[in-house]
Amino acid sequence: MKSKLKPYIINTVAIIFTYVILILLMQTGIINSYYEGIVISIGINIILATSLNLATGYLGQLALGHAGFMAIGAYASAICTSMMNLPDLLQLIVSILIGGIFAGIFGILIGIPALRLKGDYLAIITLGFGEIIRVVILNMKITGGARGFRGILPLTSFNSVFWITVIIVLIIYTLINSRHGRAIISIREDEIASEAVGINTTYYKIFAFSLAAFFAGIGGGLYAHYYTVLDPASFGFMRSIEILIIVVLGGMGSLTGSIVAAIILTILPQLLLDFSDYRMLIYSILLIIMMIFRPQGLLGKTEFSLTKLFKITPNNKERSE
Amino acid sequence: MALLETKDLGINFGGLRAVGDFNIKIEDNQLIGLIGPNGAGKTTVFNLLTGVYLPTEGSIYLNGENIVGKKPYEIVQKGISRTFQNIRLFKDLSVIDNVKMAFHHKMNYSIGAGILRLPYYWKEEKEIHEKALDLLKLFNMEKLAYATAKNLPYGEQRKLEIARALATNPKLLLLDEPAAGMNPQETNELMKTIHFIRDKFQIAILLIEHDMGLVMGICEKIVVIDYGIIIATGTPEEIKNNKKVIGAYLGE
Ligand SMILES: Nc1ncnc2c1ncn2[C@@H]1O[C@H](COP(=O)(O)OP(=O)(O)O)[C@@H](O)[C@H]1O
Ligand SMILES: [Mg+2]
Repeated sequence: MKSKLKPYIINTVAIIFTYVILILLMQTGIINSYYEGIVISIGINIILATSLNLATGYLGQLALGHAGFMAIGAYASAICTSMMNLPDLLQLIVSILIGGIFAGIFGILIGIPALRLKGDYLAIITLGFGEIIRVVILNMKITGGARGFRGILPLTSFNSVFWITVIIVLIIYTLINSRHGRAIISIREDEIASEAVGINTTYYKIFAFSLAAFFAGIGGGLYAHYYTVLDPASFGFMRSIEILIIVVLGGMGSLTGSIVAAIILTILPQLLLDFSDYRMLIYSILLIIMMIFRPQGLLGKTEFSLTKLFKITPNNKERSE
Repeated sequence: MALLETKDLGINFGGLRAVGDFNIKIEDNQLIGLIGPNGAGKTTVFNLLTGVYLPTEGSIYLNGENIVGKKPYEIVQKGISRTFQNIRLFKDLSVIDNVKMAFHHKMNYSIGAGILRLPYYWKEEKEIHEKALDLLKLFNMEKLAYATAKNLPYGEQRKLEIARALATNPKLLLLDEPAAGMNPQETNELMKTIHFIRDKFQIAILLIEHDMGLVMGICEKIVVIDYGIIIATGTPEEIKNNKKVIGAYLGE
């Protein structure tokens, strides 16, 4: 029982430590509001990348429309906030949940036709979906069309992003290490074998995919209430690809990989702001180098583990590697 | 009532009648061999029984219930599990995780309980962890529990696939050429293991074997098919002396 608790204690300490450090750096002004924005972007990108990892890394279904779900979440939550008047934190939580639910519903609607079949239909369908969503938003009145959606209350703060990111990552992590997560992984490994051991693969495919969409919607909601302005152009195909690049770079099937890659790929463009025209070029080169030297991504399918770093006997019940 | 009974089961692929007029009866705890030359339709029979293919005609009764049209995973849950001619493991996962997958439908904790790691999650995970180890022990594989499945020697992979199929708790186990690619000594051991499994788990086994000599030793009943049609059914003795069977094998 004791050794079961140890990883929890270590990870809880690590999370609180990170939080306190960041808060201190902000209060002392070492992290100014510009850097704070980067930290918030990192959090949102972690949410987007880990959720896409659930669909692409763990379930094994290539999805090319994650920005579409993000957009649905962003607009739905922004509209929600504009129509309600709750206390700030509660409003943010209600709005992003509604954004997530909308995105999740679209995930189910797309997942049902695309995932009932075996094979890579999802890539094509999500690709089309992402573009359709963008065009629809561009032409709707309630979303502000091409002028964008303005005047969203700035409800997203460092605190809310930090803790929501932590919660989402933890949910995905514990899910993946439960029987339901095993079922999801089995589909990636061999869908026919998965069915042959009694797993309802269609159900788990749709579940994992729509949960990924739900979290992407929440990411979008946080984004909306941080930037306060939404422009349909920022949810295009390239955004989906950027999220995918984070996942591939970090390792398909590694949450810690996605986190590390999200940090790197959020900071890097800021450092290279002068070269912003070449951002996609830099990404591409990075990817090519990666594919040559480390095709499985930074961490492959393994997780970076503090517990292991401190040489604590791993709990056999974990899928520890 | 028989455990499994098929009535005029058949399937066409385009113009090809891969299996036709297939009538078979399997009783509880019976060990039956399904033999026939390459391409005779043996694997197709398995795919029909497990719901991978939808038959073009006929019906399949499991404990009296017609299971035609049920999804493969539903049929597993009703008690038929199988192995594949070309081993299908979860290659990148550990041996024990391969087995744990097959307990999925017997477990009860909800998605929420799994995410929140409620006591029920720990209890069930502990249970299946032990069950999986026990099963691996039966196959002398407990030392390999944390090895990656794809790194196992071929014979061990075959055994793991059988262990995994057993973990689903079947009433009827379908083994598709489990001895393929094994040397004579491994094959011998495997046949003993199969016999042992049948007695230990009290289940019926339908065993496909390309080489008819192998099954003669352990099966009490043998079904021979050729060109998708049953050409003989009987005890090993009867089959050995059946002219049609000899013809099918010599004519191969
Ligand atoms: N999905 C399929 N589509 C078309 N033909 C098939 C299919 N599955 C099996 N067949 C054909 O059915 C026949 C029987 O195949 P199979 O059952 O694999 O034989 P066996 O297992 O006895 O060697 C073969 O002629 C094979 O080509
Ligand atoms: Mg075959």
